[in-house]
Amino acid sequence: MYSYIGKRVLVAIPTLLIISIFVFSLQKLLPGDPVLALAGEDRDPQTIEYLREKYHLNDPVPVQYIRWVGSALQGDLGISLKTNQPVLKLIGDKLPVTIQLAVMSIIFAFVIGIPMGILAAVKKNTALDYIANVVALSGLSIPNFWLGIMLILLVSVKLGWLPASGYQPFFDDPLRSIQTMLMPAFVLGNALAATLMRHTRSAMLSVLSADYIRTARAKGLSEWAVVLEHSFRNAVLPIVTLSALLFGELLAGAVLTEQIFTIPGFGKLIVDAVFTRDYAVVQGVVLCTAVGFIVMNLIADVLYVLLNPRMRAAL
Amino acid sequence: MSDVLTSRVSAAGASSSAAEPVLSVRGLTTAFRVDGDWKTVVKDVSFDVMPGETVAIVGESGSGKSVTSLSVMRLLAKGSSRIEGSILLNGKDLLALSDKEMRQVRGKDAAMIFQEPMTSLNPVFTIGRQISEALTCHGEIAKAEARAETVRLLEKVRIPNAASRFDDYPHQFSGGMRQRVMIAMALASRPRLLIADEPTTALDVTIQGQILDLIKVLQEEEGMSVLFITHDMGVVAEIADRTIVMYRGEAIETGATEDIFRNGRQPYTRALLSAVPRLGSMAGHSWPLRFPIVDVETGLRSEPSEVADTVERGAPVLDVRNLTTRFDVLGGVLGRKVGAVHAVENVSFDLAQGETLSLVGESGCGKSTTGRSITRLVQPNAGTVLLDGQDVLTLDTAAMRRTRRSIQMIFQDPFASLNPRMSVGATVAEPIVEHGLARGSEAREKAADLLKRVGLSPDMMKRYPHEFSGGQRQRICIARALALDPKVIVADESVSALDVSIKAQVCNLLMDLQQSLKLAFLFISHDMAVVERVSHRVAVMYLGEIVEIGPREAVFSNPRHSYTKKLMAAVPVPDPARRGIRRNLSVDELKSPVRPLGYVTPTRRYDEVAPGHLVRVDDGM
Repeated sequence: MYSYIGKRVLVAIPTLLIISIFVFSLQKLLPGDPVLALAGEDRDPQTIEYLREKYHLNDPVPVQYIRWVGSALQGDLGISLKTNQPVLKLIGDKLPVTIQLAVMSIIFAFVIGIPMGILAAVKKNTALDYIANVVALSGLSIPNFWLGIMLILLVSVKLGWLPASGYQPFFDDPLRSIQTMLMPAFVLGNALAATLMRHTRSAMLSVLSADYIRTARAKGLSEWAVVLEHSFRNAVLPIVTLSALLFGELLAGAVLTEQIFTIPGFGKLIVDAVFTRDYAVVQGVVLCTAVGFIVMNLIADVLYVLLNPRMRAAL
Repeated sequence: MSDVLTSRVSAAGASSSAAEPVLSVRGLTTAFRVDGDWKTVVKDVSFDVMPGETVAIVGESGSGKSVTSLSVMRLLAKGSSRIEGSILLNGKDLLALSDKEMRQVRGKDAAMIFQEPMTSLNPVFTIGRQISEALTCHGEIAKAEARAETVRLLEKVRIPNAASRFDDYPHQFSGGMRQRVMIAMALASRPRLLIADEPTTALDVTIQGQILDLIKVLQEEEGMSVLFITHDMGVVAEIADRTIVMYRGEAIETGATEDIFRNGRQPYTRALLSAVPRLGSMAGHSWPLRFPIVDVETGLRSEPSEVADTVERGAPVLDVRNLTTRFDVLGGVLGRKVGAVHAVENVSFDLAQGETLSLVGESGCGKSTTGRSITRLVQPNAGTVLLDGQDVLTLDTAAMRRTRRSIQMIFQDPFASLNPRMSVGATVAEPIVEHGLARGSEAREKAADLLKRVGLSPDMMKRYPHEFSGGQRQRICIARALALDPKVIVADESVSALDVSIKAQVCNLLMDLQQSLKLAFLFISHDMAVVERVSHRVAVMYLGEIVEIGPREAVFSNPRHSYTKKLMAAVPVPDPARRGIRRNLSVDELKSPVRPLGYVTPTRRYDEVAPGHLVRVDDGM
């Protein structure tokens, strides 16, 4: 088992390396010079030269890359060109916000998507199945921003039940924090719930027609045990893999959702950084996201093996 | 014994019988909903199973035998099936029970085992859990006791080291052992009725013998009744007191097994029985023999005409020398090679024009890999394969492509080997067009000719594979294999998946084609009785090696290698006089052909016991 995890971590290293090169080159290829933006309207050549020297922008590109990776490994992601704050601190400030949004969205997605998928599979071709499918399709096809705006209009403006925007740190006022995050999490989670529901349904359907399910029924097990123990334990395997992939979708969705609800999170950080050509911040954020994505997939792979005795034996 | 039985059977038929039947089915009619219409698949079936009795339901695919058994257990999908009639189990009408009450019956009063032991166990739970679940779910036994009881059951079905295997998962068991686990599960709450739906069909013949033995022994020990569903007349003859023959959803004949076998009244029963190849029935015949065909409607039997000697002695068309194919086994953190599956090890044989050489053996013996190595669907590690004097193994891709015209394959599953989105005409014409032998209308004409040749009508060319029956599909595959005028055809379990009567027809077709086209067949099969019927020579394979090879008559009448003997003893013969035989096969498993790194294969010596009859010399023989 440990050797398997070790192997997976080793495989992740070249992936990370490629991503870091990619992120770094992308920055270099983008049009626009951050120094020009920093130097202000008059573009004093001396100031420009000073800034270039200060941020090592005159060094050859590979040297710049190695310096960046070297310090990133030591936890130094550089200084934001715009705010002069360390990138790591900026990320550290915004990360908890996005993590809270992500966790709440995932809870939404799981709580809605998986039971709905199981139910739709068990009640295949009944009204319930059709309704679940229509709901899922709507969830997939309604754009996030539209749903967000409509919810704000209805729930906040008309009914006044929940705050329309803003953010309250969780540990300062948990209740208020959850309240502010409820709508954004729902908006972000509903598309994931739809994907999860569709996949849970098809995974359950294929398991429910398996020979061993017939065996379980022939034993005289209750329908509850047949569906939730014998079937779902097998159907959960593809869902684990899918969930890790959905993490990427979650981050992409977070960018938009945070804009709509003006949440000071990761998504807002990266959008602002791109617009102001804040190189260091963009690099740092993308790198963190990539690491997060790889870690999620690593967890999914390990979980998959833990849940699947046949894979466990192959280790 | 047989007198007692007959009287019991007749008593069972009369209503004044003293003993109550365990299972009494009356007017069972089951229908499925297909595209909104109800389609009846079982029509008005009635039968009884008496205490301690074994009743077999026999029939071909689509006869409704499995649906009958699933109806009794009410295991068919609820919305899309409808069961009518009455099913009395211990006097209780199962069709009147609620779902909850029916769950109490399943696994407790009646238990069931299935055809596919490989897929019938849940892969994510230990077998211990799955068996003890059958004990605890009826609430009769506490969890703590369940473990001890489960181990006792595992011992009862003769699983070696039962206690230590409690926490093992299904994939750690072989097919035969998994079927034992299934039986243990079925016996858990001592049911009065065991329904066995083709329990040995997916197993190798020696394992089948062990499982049949086990069912017989357990039936005696537990005194339960068995309803045995099978298509195999040999198994029926061995195990059943009474037999029900099903055909197109109806029970057309019911009676004591002996009566059914000796004086079947229905034409279909006679047709079914005459199509069954009987091991040992070929003594005295030198050449392969066509199967007699009995007309299902009239019961008239057409005796097979002797096949002429088709073998052209002289230079063989196919000459295989020291063929070796191994698959690496990888392991460890870095995925290094830790061993190899010696799938084919030093195999040599030749094949003359117009001759059929059969490769027989159990699963994993390397017979299919041999066929694939010769056609280079897998790359062998060593050896030579001379096809018409040319070494196939050294050819480059382009030359190999040309050579494939001379050597074609027919596979086991005709449906899976036909492209579902290609019309049958296009499928058969494809090789002709691909190899540039003809185009357009000319290719279509050739395809039409080929279809005629295999007994299909040319106006079927526009149809798609799903519109054909299994036997017709295999004929299409044969037509496709013939398209390039091959000299050698490798038939890899080509008739194994077919029903007996269809199997007989396809075998006859192959023999006719051999006669008219002088084809050479490498006939790969696990079915000894079919092999005896169709081959000129036979090679028995075990763990990747040939242990015995020789003329068919010599090998079958005088098997010399211990494995050949074991294999033949295990084949069920459709003769009711053999009912109740015990083979007393030891509960051993096939050994594995996986060898560690650096394994040196021993040098083998073969003893020629008769002209052309070679037997591997093993130590201790």
